[in-house]
Amino acid sequence: MKLWLPFAASAGALLAVASFVGAGWDAPPVASEQIGFRGTGMYHHRDVETEAALKAANIAPPAPWEADPTGDKASALYQNVQVLGNLSGDQFNQFMASITEWVAPEAGCNYCHNPDNMASDEIYQKVVARRMIQMTQSINVDWKAHVAETGVTCYTCHRGKGVPAQVWSASLEPKPAGNMTSNRGGQNVVAVNAGKTAMPQNALMDYLLGDKPIRVHSTTALPTGTNTVGTKETEETWSLMMHMSESLGVNCTTCHNTRAFNDWDQSPPQRVTAWHGIKMARHLNVNYMQGLTPVFPANRKGPEGDVLKIGCATCHNGVQKPLYGVSMLKDYIDAVAVKGPTDVPNFSAYIPGKTEVLGGAATSVTQP
Amino acid sequence: MAQYQNIITPIQVSGPAEEGMPLPRGDSPRTGKPVFERLFGIIGNAQIGPIYLGYLGTLSLVFGFIAFEIIGLNMLASVGWDPIEFVRQLFWLGLEPPAAKYGLKVLPPLAEGGWWLMAGFFLTLSVLLWWVRVYRRARQLEMGTHVAWAFASAIWLFLVLGFIRPLLMGNFSEAVPFGIFPHLDWTAAFSIRYGNLYYNPFHCLSIVFLYGSVLLFAMHGATILAVGKYGGERELEQITDRGTASERAALFWRWTMGFNATMESVHRWAWWFAILTPLTGGIGILLTGTVVDNWYLWGVNHGLVSPLPDMWPNVVDPAQ
Repeated sequence: MKLWLPFAASAGALLAVASFVGAGWDAPPVASEQIGFRGTGMYHHRDVETEAALKAANIAPPAPWEADPTGDKASALYQNVQVLGNLSGDQFNQFMASITEWVAPEAGCNYCHNPDNMASDEIYQKVVARRMIQMTQSINVDWKAHVAETGVTCYTCHRGKGVPAQVWSASLEPKPAGNMTSNRGGQNVVAVNAGKTAMPQNALMDYLLGDKPIRVHSTTALPTGTNTVGTKETEETWSLMMHMSESLGVNCTTCHNTRAFNDWDQSPPQRVTAWHGIKMARHLNVNYMQGLTPVFPANRKGPEGDVLKIGCATCHNGVQKPLYGVSMLKDYIDAVAVKGPTDVPNFSAYIPGKTEVLGGAATSVTQP
Repeated sequence: MAQYQNIITPIQVSGPAEEGMPLPRGDSPRTGKPVFERLFGIIGNAQIGPIYLGYLGTLSLVFGFIAFEIIGLNMLASVGWDPIEFVRQLFWLGLEPPAAKYGLKVLPPLAEGGWWLMAGFFLTLSVLLWWVRVYRRARQLEMGTHVAWAFASAIWLFLVLGFIRPLLMGNFSEAVPFGIFPHLDWTAAFSIRYGNLYYNPFHCLSIVFLYGSVLLFAMHGATILAVGKYGGERELEQITDRGTASERAALFWRWTMGFNATMESVHRWAWWFAILTPLTGGIGILLTGTVVDNWYLWGVNHGLVSPLPDMWPNVVDPAQ
């Protein structure tokens, strides 16, 4: 009896189907655009099918109305306006209406405010929002090298959600057994933040929070003994690069001529933008996100108890230019395209539900 | 006619089992009563056994099993002994060599690479014992030792990657991890760190011999199958007594490319191409990081890199 034949054929067919369906390939058609010199393999590939969904998911919403910049200032009209006090009343209300749509379209004003006392800081989301407005202002003013004149608003990351969908935190799962068994060196499991590769799963901690050197290449042909990094460090850098590539939906060749990854003379200008982006993400995590750690409740932190942090995907959401490069800034110039007060309160003094006003300059934001 | 043009062997000869020549005194006997398996007969010889393990083969299997267990159990431990995660992430799991800070320390902490060194030690022992076994079995059959030397070439590359080069570099962190994706990631990271192995001339040679081996194998296999109906598969007889199969095969290649290998020389071609693939590759790996730190820049210095027009003259390193 050749009973094994149908079994073998089914197993083969299942394996073939699984490798096509389960592996997450970019199925054809793929649109390729040459971006470098011929023969260098520098193309920008776009998966035509997923692009339709991306385009639908990355539409910039219009402003609710055009704000009138004249009239009394918000600081005179309302109490406890620490950052946006310089806006006119109409500008302030327009921005509040927008931020509600951007961040808490379902919960509404009460997501941040006590409806009986709008000025109160008792709800932690309001304390966070104030700091995030400062952050947005800093991005638009101090980080033009990355965001150019397009700039960002709350919507760039939040997209109608209280917590942006694409954030990251320390990831140790699945935890190694410990004791004398291999601790696996922080890699060799599915790394969610590194394109599901087997590379170091916490590389973002090193580069987008810490400032570990990213560059691994020697700049001389022969060894000089000065470059001590090896293949392990290279995998960490590569892990960060996978995060960037996945976050923007781009290939290595968008920023590099892969025959010499490190050579700036052969790199497209996008690499310079990305370089500033890495510095920006690190600056935002260190100076804005990490400081807010005491304010967030446990369910708004990562599984290891660290604050949720900003990566490239947080703004980019799978697109090379967030929202396909459409600027929302023009409607909110006075709110987030200029810097208001940069004072930082002492967040560790914050008691949710009790603190009426969290203010006062304890420290100042480090300038980039 | 068509019966000669099959992927599988359509005709199986069955008869008394071939027991092999007697072993010299002192050797343990071949074990197992030979059986005939039709499925194996389709792709090779239908006769299974008798097998000879001896102390070399037995020890090699034992050491190989120890290495396999060390790697597998550490992979299982690396996901907290969770069998589901073990299956789910099997291709991702690995066993990493120790960090650079441990240098060439013989036994760093087990959790931080000690197991890797042990697995490597037992695997190396296993492979070397198997090599001696291959050599000894060939001598016992009064064959040449070509298989053993071809195997030795592969062992050379294995030892360069996991032992000789790390010794020269001064730490084992440079060695290859065990694991499916981990070793592939290592390969690409290695090329990136040392400025693109594409510009390593020994890497080039290795690729030439690798692809050359594939080409030769395809040409030779195709030629013999094509003259199968004239008895072309009886190659060794045809070396000394050229029959019509050999004549036709030779004429075919002289017609198509003006030159032909002979029934004997084609095997020397294939053997040397196969041997030279890991041999040159191993030299290329050995030179990387020890003698050359950036192959791209080395290629620039030696005329290997084609100059490109400056597409983006305004791009400069923003860190400078």
